[in-house]
Amino acid sequence: MERKDFLKWSGICFLGLSLFSWLDRMTVSEAGAELATTTPTGQKRWALAIDVKKCWAAQEKGCRDCVLACHQGHNVPHLPEAKEEVKWIWLEPLGKVFPEEVMEFGGGKKQDRAVPVLCNHCENPPCVRVCPTQATFKSKDGLVVVDYHRCIGCRYCMAACPFGARSFNFQDPRPFLPTVNPDYPIRERGVVEKCNFCAERLAVDALPLCVEACRAGALAFGDLNEPASPVRKLLEKGLVLRRRAELGTGPKVFYVL
Amino acid sequence: MLEKALVGSKKYWSWVGFLLVLIALGFGAYSRQLALGLTITGMSRDVSWGLYIAQFTFLVGVAASAVMVVLPYYLHNLKAFGRITIFGEFLAVAAVIMCLLFIVVDLGQPARLLNMLLYPTPRSILFWDMVVLTGYLLLNLIIGWNVLEVERNSVPPPAWLKSLIYLSIPWAVSIHTVTAFIYAGLPGRHYWLTSLLAARFLASAFAAGPALLILLLLLVRKWSRFDPGAEALEKLAQIVTYALVVSFFFIGLEFFTAFYSQIPDHRFSLQYLFAGLEGRGRLVPLMWSFVGLGLLALLLLLNPRTRRQETSLFLACAATVVSLWLEKGMGLVVAGFVPNSFGDVTEYFPTGLETVIALGIWAVGALVATFLFKLAVAVKEEAA
Repeated sequence: MERKDFLKWSGICFLGLSLFSWLDRMTVSEAGAELATTTPTGQKRWALAIDVKKCWAAQEKGCRDCVLACHQGHNVPHLPEAKEEVKWIWLEPLGKVFPEEVMEFGGGKKQDRAVPVLCNHCENPPCVRVCPTQATFKSKDGLVVVDYHRCIGCRYCMAACPFGARSFNFQDPRPFLPTVNPDYPIRERGVVEKCNFCAERLAVDALPLCVEACRAGALAFGDLNEPASPVRKLLEKGLVLRRRAELGTGPKVFYVL
Repeated sequence: MLEKALVGSKKYWSWVGFLLVLIALGFGAYSRQLALGLTITGMSRDVSWGLYIAQFTFLVGVAASAVMVVLPYYLHNLKAFGRITIFGEFLAVAAVIMCLLFIVVDLGQPARLLNMLLYPTPRSILFWDMVVLTGYLLLNLIIGWNVLEVERNSVPPPAWLKSLIYLSIPWAVSIHTVTAFIYAGLPGRHYWLTSLLAARFLASAFAAGPALLILLLLLVRKWSRFDPGAEALEKLAQIVTYALVVSFFFIGLEFFTAFYSQIPDHRFSLQYLFAGLEGRGRLVPLMWSFVGLGLLALLLLLNPRTRRQETSLFLACAATVVSLWLEKGMGLVVAGFVPNSFGDVTEYFPTGLETVIALGIWAVGALVATFLFKLAVAVKEEAA
């Protein structure tokens, strides 16, 4: 056999073998399906319901417990410029959260009153669909999570999210941490982050930080598949709204009015 | 054959030197970005894509426009294009290289770029963008190189080369369609959520790309002994004319749906671009320049006398490129993020460092195009 033929056939074999390995990787479906919060006794669908009137009552006294607890517990940095702010949960006026419901009469001054907004952990999340590395993925129990080590910082997920729930680390967050919680990793610059429904706490059967911290008991968290869960109970108690439901993303944060 | 690019006049080397300076400056600015992060850009939590991705989007269009020289020649035997297909293909190579560079500089964690290969994700459009762009780059490199070799050796092209050339035709359309799909499938971004987006992208690409090619060919004619031929230039100019008409028609269609339906989500981004929204309107002068330059280009191109006269053709093509660059390279990406999910307006404008990095990448593309065009011209001058 001539040398060039040998080289040609070796090259083809090498390509063929790499192709098999690549095809193999491509057929692996949902990454991160082994997240610890999967229980053996049935699939969970984690969701959050917000009792808006209770939240408003607490806000009269300037309550921001959920924001403070979450941001402290997850080492969320305080960036001085609004353009680079990182926020996992925050308060936004009702009229901006539900712009289609804004009207001249009816509802009183309610559109100026604030409600918490956070990642909706959608059932059909566009952010997961677009992530080119599966750094953003949906766990089997309905959490949409970011793998900070795999994220390449392309920010496609930020474009895809219809809710503005995601933040990007434009610079190293470390200098902007007022306190450090050693039990949760500090992120690095160039990655996207957002609320993770406290996956690390759910793994040890603890409630999310915001839910635990809420002094008004306005946040009901639980498994939608469990009729007796706090979230299911609150969902029976009034008019329930979800943000931009018409987009079909299936948000799992419910606003009960 | 490569040695032909290394022999040139003083003008050639001063041009190359100028480009190298721009590249060095861009590289220096990029090292700053690597050290500090994307905070050095004008991007924000609300406008999370900016100049880099906009340049990538515009340049994919320029790359795709090679099909506008290849298709008429190889499928319809338009002899006049025989002399210039190589330049279209080489322009595509330079454009795709710039696209890939713009994506890399936009990443927050560029060192992790390999993750896209280690964890291939076919449901993500960015994955397919990587596939089609890399494929197109390889296609055009192989085709361009071999077409030049056969011309140099005065032999007919081999059959496998013809197959690759035929493949490059739908592939060219695919690269810009896939790029449009990046935007057109996002549920929360109503400016982009239109089935017309891929068509708009292709129409403006087929105007801006060939217009840029005409400009480059006019320069080649001025600075070398190679003449692309009046018929080739005229045909290209006709293609630019039709594509520009269709581009403006498509934009008119967007205006109709937005303002006749009066639906706020459909209107707001166009309002922000052309009139300002909530008192903020940094891009308004740029968008009206896009309209003005586009109309100027149309007037010059529709009139056969001004289309055929070299100075007015040059002006018309320059106006076309700048006009469509303003629309796609400045307006399109930013307006998708305005207003944000809460109806708020956050403005974006590139910073100085961001601009220097972008110019550095444009200089890389110009350098690649310069070398490749020099090669092609040298081969053609030799063959003549």
